[in-house]
Amino acid sequence: MAIFFYLFSSLMILSSIGVITSRNPVYCVLWLIFTFLNSSAIFIQLGAEFIAMTIIIVYVGAVAVLFLFVVMMLNINLAEIKSQLLGNRIVGACLMFVLIIDFILIVKSALSSNSTISIFHNQASGKLSNTHSIGAILYTDYIIVFQLSGLVLLLAMVGCIVLTVRKREGVEKQNAHKQIARTIEESIEIIKVKTRVGVNGINYK
Amino acid sequence: MESIISNVTLEHYVILSCCLFSIGMCGLLLNKGNVINILMSIELMLLAANINFVAFSSYYNELTGQIASIIILAIAAAEAAIGLAIIVNFYRACGTISIEKINKLKG
Repeated sequence: MAIFFYLFSSLMILSSIGVITSRNPVYCVLWLIFTFLNSSAIFIQLGAEFIAMTIIIVYVGAVAVLFLFVVMMLNINLAEIKSQLLGNRIVGACLMFVLIIDFILIVKSALSSNSTISIFHNQASGKLSNTHSIGAILYTDYIIVFQLSGLVLLLAMVGCIVLTVRKREGVEKQNAHKQIARTIEESIEIIKVKTRVGVNGINYK
Repeated sequence: MESIISNVTLEHYVILSCCLFSIGMCGLLLNKGNVINILMSIELMLLAANINFVAFSSYYNELTGQIASIIILAIAAAEAAIGLAIIVNFYRACGTISIEKINKLKG
């Protein structure tokens, strides 16, 4: 149990360092995907299977692929990125070290009272699976939050379309207003066809 | 000392998320490349927040943290989509997304 935690967490930290140090943005995105996969393993260890699957589906399947599309769509000049200063690296390492030490001290002082008690449960919450119990409270107690997050996603979708849509000349599009405003009278005409004569003189609109 | 290593406690998960958050923060602050790297660093920080929420929810046997984690996932997806749309638009307008070159506001 513990060895898997150390394995996945060390892989996760190494790959997240890879995210911020890779020169090539495509490699950054691939490291990001690896970080998400490792975090999914960590979530499974925590007993949160639903979140683990959601991480894989949402982050790896949607967000990271979106990043990959954008990185590959834009023509990023790699030579431009390579002209970084080395001094920045040293400052970055120092800053990261200080931040991590700071956080660890805060955590140590905050959790020292109950750090020895491991209240790790897993199946202690009853016979229900993790997904079942999340569903039971997500659609009842937290329904407003759930709906609001759906609204946020809808807004994001509309915003993305509005931001990236381009009006181009020479593209045939259908006119929605005109199409909706059509009536039966102006689109269908019933004609009695005589034998051996055929139809002539139809007025197309 | 042996029990600290062999027993995975809440503290381990919180320290892991601290490390991840710090790495994301440094990527955010020291990034000299393009704007996409900044968005990726923000994703890392949101992942650290997720780990924190889920660890506390799992250890205190309370599912609210996992609900918060789902909400964070939704917000992160929306944020990434909007940010990338803005980046694509900016690239069309200016031909670059390098942080050094983005100086239209003369800041």
